[in-house]
Amino acid sequence: MTNTKNTSKNTTAAYEDQAVKGKPSAAEAVFGNIAKPMFSGKKATTPLKIALTALLLVVLFVLPIYLQGMGEALLLASLVGIGLYVILALGLNIVIGYAGMLDFGRMAFYAVGTYAAIILAIPLANLLGPSLEGLVFPVVMVGAGLVAAFVGWLLSLPVMRLRGDYLAIVTLGFGEIVRITLQNNPFDLTNGLLGLPKSGDFMPSPPFFEYLRDTVQWAIGNEFFFTVTRNVYWYYMVLIMLIIAIIVVRNQDNSRLGRSWAAMREDEVAASAMGVNITKAKTWAFVLGAFWGGIAGACFGFFLGGISPEPFSFLNSVIVLAIVVIGGMGSIPGVLVGGVLIMGFPELIRWFAMNHLGQAGGDIQSMVANFRNLFLGLLMVIMMAVRTEGLIPMKPKFYKLFGKAKSGKGDNSDASAATTGAAPKGGAGS
Amino acid sequence: MNKVVAEHQGYLMQATNATIQFGGLRAVDSVNMNIEAGTIVALIGPNGAGKTTFFNLLTGIYTPTEGEILFEGRSVSGKKTHVIADWGISRTFQNIRLFKEMTVLENVMVGRHVRTHSGFFGATFRTPSFRREERQIQEDAERWLDFVGLTDHANDLAANLPYGAQRRLEIARALATEPKLVCLDEPAAGMNESESADLDDLILRIRDELNITVFLIEHDMKVVMNLAEYIYVLDFGKLIAEGLPAEIQSNPAVIEAYLGQDMEAAIKAKRQALLESRGEKVATPPATPAPEAAPEEAVMDSDGVVMVMDADIKEKNDAA
Repeated sequence: MTNTKNTSKNTTAAYEDQAVKGKPSAAEAVFGNIAKPMFSGKKATTPLKIALTALLLVVLFVLPIYLQGMGEALLLASLVGIGLYVILALGLNIVIGYAGMLDFGRMAFYAVGTYAAIILAIPLANLLGPSLEGLVFPVVMVGAGLVAAFVGWLLSLPVMRLRGDYLAIVTLGFGEIVRITLQNNPFDLTNGLLGLPKSGDFMPSPPFFEYLRDTVQWAIGNEFFFTVTRNVYWYYMVLIMLIIAIIVVRNQDNSRLGRSWAAMREDEVAASAMGVNITKAKTWAFVLGAFWGGIAGACFGFFLGGISPEPFSFLNSVIVLAIVVIGGMGSIPGVLVGGVLIMGFPELIRWFAMNHLGQAGGDIQSMVANFRNLFLGLLMVIMMAVRTEGLIPMKPKFYKLFGKAKSGKGDNSDASAATTGAAPKGGAGS
Repeated sequence: MNKVVAEHQGYLMQATNATIQFGGLRAVDSVNMNIEAGTIVALIGPNGAGKTTFFNLLTGIYTPTEGEILFEGRSVSGKKTHVIADWGISRTFQNIRLFKEMTVLENVMVGRHVRTHSGFFGATFRTPSFRREERQIQEDAERWLDFVGLTDHANDLAANLPYGAQRRLEIARALATEPKLVCLDEPAAGMNESESADLDDLILRIRDELNITVFLIEHDMKVVMNLAEYIYVLDFGKLIAEGLPAEIQSNPAVIEAYLGQDMEAAIKAKRQALLESRGEKVATPPATPAPEAAPEEAVMDSDGVVMVMDADIKEKNDAA
């Protein structure tokens, strides 16, 4: 149906036969390989692709300097929002794109992450004292991720037997339950509609923020003046988290776990007949998807410096879903492009209206700004009519073959010592 | 444990009174069946006889409402499908159930799932043991593709394979789980002559080279008669016959199950249709044998059609 064009054999794949070569150092073993796309030469890593990725990274890292320098603080804040939603969408992509489960309640995990981060941050800041204030954010971010993952696990229990529409309805309801619970101030934790932090509490500042704000100041003439503002700081923080999320999600997709998700998505019965534990695969999908909701939520809470339940509306869950569906389910580049388009397009229109239609009179300015969601809707309708598989559809995973592994040379692996039993012997039958 | 092992009397699979009831329908009704390790056993029967349902009972997709199915002395009742796959029962599906949007190689790699262990941690951090296992999975999968002759298609999407190759891919995927018993649900369905001859060869290799017991549902009688060492016949969920191929071929109950009561009329209709399809004139139907003599002389041909054999052909058959 979709993406059937690219099925020719990928002979150009740069294959790195590094899996069994010597012993990697401990550092290499842990960090060196994390960022490598796939040990068995999956997907073409052509020089062009590497160059484009590098260029994109350079642009992404330089962009805030330019924007802040030119005084476009609003646009920078919008970029932080886009980044957070892309992280959310990457998490949702695990659930919907890889594992094939429809989730309409993404905001639940975002909200849980945000609230968990802020609720944990204040006592932790008091505990650590001002000198270790910078430690608070990294600790509570991981904590928020884990809390969200735990909530994801809780949700996975009742929905284990549900599929498709029914699953969508349950997750939708769950998203609303979480939001309304936050509004109702359970155990006096969330402070209801007033939000957190409560008056008298102060959010600890993130690591190195004050230091960077005070030391980095670049000016060129009168036009350009760059300092590390809140927006700049969070832009970089979210960008780094986004890159980590991309690497981790990609690693998980290109693994035994990822294959079990894909098999489950394609055919649950056949997958379980091949030995895939469906319960386990679904649970991992929910847990790992929710984890990124928690991470994004923690960044969101600290970026805003406080939170109330409003941003976690159903509409926003739908927007995250739209990012994944329009970008291309199961495709990380798709999610990135979808996020930039769906989150960025309305913001761009608003920015344009505010900054460049000023002279045309207030009416047009506010009209264009207010109708930005109409443009978004139009875009979605066109997309779904013209390109249902998404902007950048999921690509099949190509492998560089080992060739006809006839001899027993590769049998020095102890990882699958128990597997040799019935495997056909070399050259048998040919 | 010892008691259980003793009870299964050396059979690989043993169904005792296995029954499943859907509402008022007993889709599989008190079936007793034994499969010896290292054999090729066929399960035949008309459409809707409950053959695939029996496979579903055996592989844990359904749970028997009565009776028991033992695999190596362990009851499969209430066990999850993936656990049974781990025990060593693997299967293919009647209406091919490949992972369509995955590549051919990946399909087989999923088959390795049950014999490999890496999980979340290895996947996230690309640990050396994870990468070693991943490499091993790929190598094994390639070997299985080689076994069924699909190496050249390794990076094609499964959905894009020709029909016969999809069937072989399903077999490769099932074999990749390293089963002791592989259940093939109509592997020859929709195959042409030469493809099904290749399939015969493949199934024999599964048993002879890999020493895997083969349990086969098949409508293509040529395949069944070529391969099966023992045949069970189901009709309306009930086991109506079992025995060696030659016995089944001439078993009146089986023939009746396939054609119904009014044999003479059915044979006539079948012949007429056959002749018409060849464009031959249907002037006078061939002389029909005496109805009461029919059961003895009626034999199933390669299409599962009951034919009344001419005496000389029968002689030739018996000689062979």
